[in-house]
Amino acid sequence: MVIHEYQAKEIFRKAGMTLPNGEVASTHEEAAEIARRIGKKVAVKAQVLTGGRGKAGGIKLADHPDDARARASEIIGMKIKGLTVEKVLVEEAIDIDREFYLGIVLDRSNNSHLLMFSPVGGVDIEEVAEKTPDQIYKYQIHPLLGLQSWQVRDLAHRIEGIGDETRKAIVKLVSELWEVYKKYDCTLAEVNPLAVLKDGRVVAADAKFNVDDNALYRQPDLVALQDFAEEDPLEAEARAKGLAYVHLEGDVGIIGNGAGLVMTTLDMVSREGGRPANFLDVGGGASATVVRKSLEMVLADKNVKGVLFNIFGGITRGDEVAKGVLEATDSMDIKVPIVIRLSGTRAEEGRALLTGSRLEPAETMTEGAQKIVALVKGA
Amino acid sequence: MSILVNKNTRVIVQGITGKEGGFHTKQMLAYGTKIVGGVTPGKGGTEFEGVPVYDSVRDAVEKAKPDATVIFVPPPFAADAIIEAAHNRVPLIVAITEGIPVHDMVRARAVVQETGVTLIGPNCPGLITPGETKLGITPGNIFSSGPVGFVSRSGTLVYQVADELTRAGLGQTTAVGIGGDPVNGSSFEKILRLFHADPATKVTVLIGEIGGTQEEEAAEFIARVKMPVVAFIAGRTAPPGKKMGHAGAIVSGNKGTAKAKVEAFQKAGVFVADTTEELVAKVAEILQKQGLAPALA
Repeated sequence: MVIHEYQAKEIFRKAGMTLPNGEVASTHEEAAEIARRIGKKVAVKAQVLTGGRGKAGGIKLADHPDDARARASEIIGMKIKGLTVEKVLVEEAIDIDREFYLGIVLDRSNNSHLLMFSPVGGVDIEEVAEKTPDQIYKYQIHPLLGLQSWQVRDLAHRIEGIGDETRKAIVKLVSELWEVYKKYDCTLAEVNPLAVLKDGRVVAADAKFNVDDNALYRQPDLVALQDFAEEDPLEAEARAKGLAYVHLEGDVGIIGNGAGLVMTTLDMVSREGGRPANFLDVGGGASATVVRKSLEMVLADKNVKGVLFNIFGGITRGDEVAKGVLEATDSMDIKVPIVIRLSGTRAEEGRALLTGSRLEPAETMTEGAQKIVALVKGA
Repeated sequence: MSILVNKNTRVIVQGITGKEGGFHTKQMLAYGTKIVGGVTPGKGGTEFEGVPVYDSVRDAVEKAKPDATVIFVPPPFAADAIIEAAHNRVPLIVAITEGIPVHDMVRARAVVQETGVTLIGPNCPGLITPGETKLGITPGNIFSSGPVGFVSRSGTLVYQVADELTRAGLGQTTAVGIGGDPVNGSSFEKILRLFHADPATKVTVLIGEIGGTQEEEAAEFIARVKMPVVAFIAGRTAPPGKKMGHAGAIVSGNKGTAKAKVEAFQKAGVFVADTTEELVAKVAEILQKQGLAPALA
C-alpha cells in the first residue's frame, strides 16, 4: 500500500519529525486560506500516487495567497499520468542550504532492513547507487536489535561541513524515521531530500512511505487513509470480491490457479503473440462460485476478446472449475471464445462436464495459449 | 535417497485442529507421513485422527520427539509459532501459512538462524519425497520417485512441472517449494547445496520468478560447483511495479527482473527453458547422457 505525500507527512509530524509548515487543500479557496496562514511564499503540490509530478506541472510556487488560489485552481482537476488531482499540499517554500537522501528499506537480499544515507540529496537514489556507489552510506539494521544509536551517530559524523546543531538534528530525524518505519510495518520510508535550510532548520522536505499489505490487519489508521479513488476501477472491484486480479493492457483474459502458474500462462500467451488483459489467480480450492465470479470479473474488461482458463488441480478440483464455467456461460450472454485447460485432480470429470458445450478444450498450457491467441486474432 | 525428509521423518503439525491443518493432516496421513503429534494451545490431551494433540511445542517435543513440524497457524500468529518451534530446536520447520507480515518474518528468520534449525517457507506448498513422505499441501499422486531434484518458489508450478516430469518417466528425489514471500527461511542456494550433496540427485530443476535476487545468487553457486541444473523463470512479461499474486513477485524499479535472472543463469551455463515442455525435454536429455532416463515419447 502506498499513501499520499501529505498523509505520510502527517504521520512523520506525529512522530516528532520536523517538516516544512503546510496543510492539504481540496479547493482553491482552502489553498488561499492556508497560504495566508503560512504568511510567506508557498509551494502548491499536486497529491497523486505517481512520480514525475514536477515535470507534469503539478508543483508550482506562489508568492502570495491570491497567487496560491490561482495555482491551486490550475492544479486541482488536472490529470497526471491518467490520475485526476483531487487535493494539493500547500507548503511554505523553503530555502535549502544543503540536501541529503535518507531512507529505510526492506532489504530482501539480506533478509532485514537497511538504512541508507547519501550526501547527494534530492535525486534518484537508484541512479546514485549505480553511478557513484561510494556516495551512499549503508547500515544493516539488526533483525532483532533494530537500529542502534551508534549507527546513527556514526552516520552523522561522516557528513562533512555541518555544525553540531545540524548533526544533532539529523540524528534525531533518523531515529524518528526508524520509529515510524517499525510502527507502521513499512517496506520503505524515505525522506528525499532531507534538507538543511538557510534558517538552520533540518526538515523532511519530501516523504515517501510504502506499507506491507500483509500487515494492514494491524494498521487500521493506515487502512482509513487508503485512497481507493486512485485505484484502477477493475482492480478495486476485484479486491472487493476477494480476487487476486491485476489489470493489464491486452485483450486475452487469463484465469488460473496459483501465482506462478498464472504468471507463466501470461508468458505463454505473450510468447504466442497474444497480449494478456489481466492476471487473475483464483487461489487454491476454488469453488464453482469463485470461478463464475472470476469469469464475470475478466469479462467486465471491455477489451477482452477471449478467455483462457489454465487450471492445474491440486486442492482445486477440475469438476468444480467446469461447473463454475458452465454456471457463468449459462447465466451470461458470453460472445467471446473461451479455451479451457484442465489438468490434475478430477480433470477428467471436469472435461466430461464440458463436452458438448461451446468451450474449446486444450490438453496443455502451450496448446491453450496457441488456441486462444488464434481465436482472438481471427475474431 | 532424498534431502531433508524421508519415510522415517517424525512430523508434528502446529495448528492441527484448524480447517487447513486438519484437512492436510488427513492427506499427509493418507500419503504415509509419520505424524506423531499435533499442537493446538488449549486442546492438549485430545486426539485428532488418532494423533495426540499437545498444548505446546515443548510438550510435543518431549513426548513425540519430532524431526520436523508443519505450520498451518493463521498469519497474525504464524511467526510466533515458527519462533516457538525454533526455540524448542525442532530441526526442520515447514511454514505453509500465507500472509505473514514481513517485519515478523525478519525477526522469525533471525531466531531460526540463531538456533541453527532449518526453515522452509512461509507461503509455500512444503516438500515431498515421493513414495516416502510429504510435509505440506502438495498433491502426492502427481509425483514419482527418481533422480530429479526439484526446487521452486511457486507452488502450482511445482505441481505443473512435477506432473509433466512424472508423465515423462522422470521421477524426483525430493521436491521443495521454498515459498513466494520476500523474506523466507531457505533460499534456492541453500536447497541446491543439499541436492548437490545428495548422491541420488543427478539433475536439479529450479523454478524461479520475478522479484528479489535469490535466482542470481543461485546462479553464482551453480557456476562455482558446476552441478547440472535446468531453470525456468515465471513472470517474464509481468509489468514493473505490479505484485503478481505472491507478495515477493514484484519488479521494483530495475530490481528483480526476469531478464536479469535469465542472464545470470545463462552466464552460469544453466539452460533456461522457455516452456515447461522444453524444461522436461532438457532434463531427459541430461539424464539420458548419464544413461538414466527413458527415451521421450
